[in-house]
Amino acid sequence: MSDTMQTQVACFHCGEDCNNSPVMMAEKTFCCEGCKLVYEILHQNNLCEYYDLNAQPGVNQRMQVRRDKFAFLEDEKVQQHLIQFKDETQVHVTFYLPQIHCSSCLWLLENLHRLNKGVQRVTVNFSKKEAFIIYDHSATSLRAVAEVLTAIGYEPYISLNDMKEKKPTVQRKMVYQLGVAGFCFGNIMLLSFPEYFSGSGHTDAAMNRMFQFMNLGLSLPVFFYSAQAFYKSAWGGLKHGFLNIDVPIVLAIWVTFIRSLTEVATGNSGYFDSMTGIVFFMLIGRILQEKTYQGLSFDRDYTSYFPIAVSVIKEGNPVPTTLPDIKINDTLLIHHQELIPADGIISRGEALIDYSFVTGEAAPVKKSVGEIVYAGGRQMGGNIEVLTIKEVAQSYLTSLWNRDELKKESDTNTSFVHLLSQYFTWVVLLIAVVTATVWAVKDPARIWPSVTAILIIACPCALLLASSFTNGHILRILSRHKLYLRNAQSIENLANTTHIVFDKTGTLTGKSGTEVRYVGDTLSPMQEMMISSLAAQSTHPLSNAINNYCGNSSSYPVREFKETAGDGISGWIENQYIRMGSAAFVGIDPKEEQDGSVVYIGFNEKPVGLFTVRNGYRPGIRGMLENIRNHYNLSVLSGDNTREAASLRILMGSSATLRFEQKPTDKLDYIIHLRQHGEKVLMIGDGLNDAGALRQSDIGISVAESTNNFTPASDGIIEAQQLSMLPAFIRLCKANKHIVIISFIMSLAYNITGLYFAVQGILSPLVAAILMPASSISIILLTYSMSEIYGKRLSDKGLSANA
Amino acid sequence: MGVIILLLGASLTVALGFLAAFIWSVKHGQFEDDFSPAHRILFEDKTTNNND
Repeated sequence: MSDTMQTQVACFHCGEDCNNSPVMMAEKTFCCEGCKLVYEILHQNNLCEYYDLNAQPGVNQRMQVRRDKFAFLEDEKVQQHLIQFKDETQVHVTFYLPQIHCSSCLWLLENLHRLNKGVQRVTVNFSKKEAFIIYDHSATSLRAVAEVLTAIGYEPYISLNDMKEKKPTVQRKMVYQLGVAGFCFGNIMLLSFPEYFSGSGHTDAAMNRMFQFMNLGLSLPVFFYSAQAFYKSAWGGLKHGFLNIDVPIVLAIWVTFIRSLTEVATGNSGYFDSMTGIVFFMLIGRILQEKTYQGLSFDRDYTSYFPIAVSVIKEGNPVPTTLPDIKINDTLLIHHQELIPADGIISRGEALIDYSFVTGEAAPVKKSVGEIVYAGGRQMGGNIEVLTIKEVAQSYLTSLWNRDELKKESDTNTSFVHLLSQYFTWVVLLIAVVTATVWAVKDPARIWPSVTAILIIACPCALLLASSFTNGHILRILSRHKLYLRNAQSIENLANTTHIVFDKTGTLTGKSGTEVRYVGDTLSPMQEMMISSLAAQSTHPLSNAINNYCGNSSSYPVREFKETAGDGISGWIENQYIRMGSAAFVGIDPKEEQDGSVVYIGFNEKPVGLFTVRNGYRPGIRGMLENIRNHYNLSVLSGDNTREAASLRILMGSSATLRFEQKPTDKLDYIIHLRQHGEKVLMIGDGLNDAGALRQSDIGISVAESTNNFTPASDGIIEAQQLSMLPAFIRLCKANKHIVIISFIMSLAYNITGLYFAVQGILSPLVAAILMPASSISIILLTYSMSEIYGKRLSDKGLSANA
Repeated sequence: MGVIILLLGASLTVALGFLAAFIWSVKHGQFEDDFSPAHRILFEDKTTNNND
């Protein structure tokens, strides 16, 4: 390219390359007017400390926000849904600001009162990327606050989802239960020490008795409060006729408690220390396993993508209206870059609709007056007016969510841990029965102590501990490599995958990396500059790609520039008339089928050549696919047409299934079809068009360019550049099962030792008290170190893959 | 004997205090955001009239 000689200058505000047209101000360079504007605002208000805390902390401002975008915030009804609290002086509101990323953001936002005097206090929750704002509504308005945030580069993200009732965000009950269990366990251990050493003759009988009652008292909150999580899950399993791992655990907790009560009643000490300890450790495991990622959401439906309000034309004036209030036959005013919220017919203006959201097809479609546009399309051209023919909830895209397959919870997957625990429970019960019969013959008095001891010691808590700690740790290792799974069950589903289904656009191909190729007469540098100058006049993605290819060398003025939406662009440069666009537009016969989108170039009625533009495959994808195609069945579902079939075939291998022109419902049906044939399906996709398929598969992973981006409902979110590590991730998930089984076998060794004492009825509280924490802690250490070893291999792979 | 009961009572009270503090801190969201409080304390309060 021609401009590689120039040194790259980074924008003072956002750090991006300033290309050829830096904007200068006060010896600082900016990549665009937007970034400069933010700097000016901050400079005027003495807020330049923003730039001292971190270098280039801003977010790029090249995409300007429409002036009246937040007019809908003046609407009472919209305000009602957003405002949390309001009295005579104050309003409390929380905005989601996805741009928050560093301490500068934190500092600037919390100094917002210096930019808008009406703002009283801002508190940022960094991990949720939320700002809690208190303002005086006599001095400023919700719209003004949103606009000042937008002006400094933090545009609030307000979606239709904000209109729903807010669910309680965090489940804290289990943390309280853990706190109580830890408190009781620690104190019971302390009070049990005299008992452990009572053999050495330094203890006082009356005092021991008191300790026993105190232990009993301390165990009550654990038994009745902390262990509730296990009771609930065991009862839930039993109601559905399924013996899950919590059933034997609850049995063990109850037997231990009752046995201990009778021990205390007869003047002995019980096993309160073991019981509370089990509950404490198992609760830790459960909390680790249910780690949540703040700022990531696995449950987004279309409402998170749709705006909260659009302009409806009433008596000639645009009036902001919330989406649920849109009726059939309303006329909507859709601005540039806005999403069409309901199916309708264009009544005014030329539409250029980007349906990549719905179909995955990257090239925008041209529609004119009288044609139907579907909800979910984004208008790329100027303003249009649309007459709605369906309400928002009944539109083509949104009705996908109302399909029956998506409504029912497809949670029939059960972990191997539950199956293993069932066998284990039966074996333990068998041992208990055999021991009871043996003692019935020899010494009936010892039936009760020996049977209860067996049930206590053989509780599969070691298995549960091993699985929950391993799951929790594997989730953390995966999240370090930017694969965020929703829950522990997803690890197992990923490991069991037999069939991997990919979406093409946005998943296999990157959104940013476009491949441009030129075929035709050789272009002189001057011609390249002319093409670049013309392309720079248009914001169409193809024009941008060609402008980049020609080195962004737009230096000629263009006269009589004309953009015909969907066809091409034309204009006069020097004394040459240049046209770029479709074959018909340039006035030549189309060449045979090309790979990707084609742009023909004509200089003065004479065709010169053509550019092919296509989305490049993500780096590392080729190697990854070669790696997995021998181990899994592969499919590609693409919303695009078949023009890239040949290159995809080479990429995916001969046995892969390739399907093109797939609508969202086709994708969903294909997944259902695969599952009916017994395949365990891993679906990898992005965008709303894959949302149904992601939900319907055994495990759906959505690809995000960065975790700030919105991803549809799925079981996992992966950062795009990590996609090439998919085989390694699946291997780690498989290792998860091995680690659990090895830990379980080790805990069996402890159990057998314990059982040896238990069957004879001579298990002393001291042995039980030592055995239980020792086995728990060694299992935790084992699962931790083994997952770390497997995780280390992953890091090494990642390094060599990126190298 | 008596002194041990007194000590036990004292230690349990202290431990209960910690339990209450833990529950209070969870309830008030002190474990929700581990970034902002740690950085907020490092920001200096510069006087508003210094330029740049």
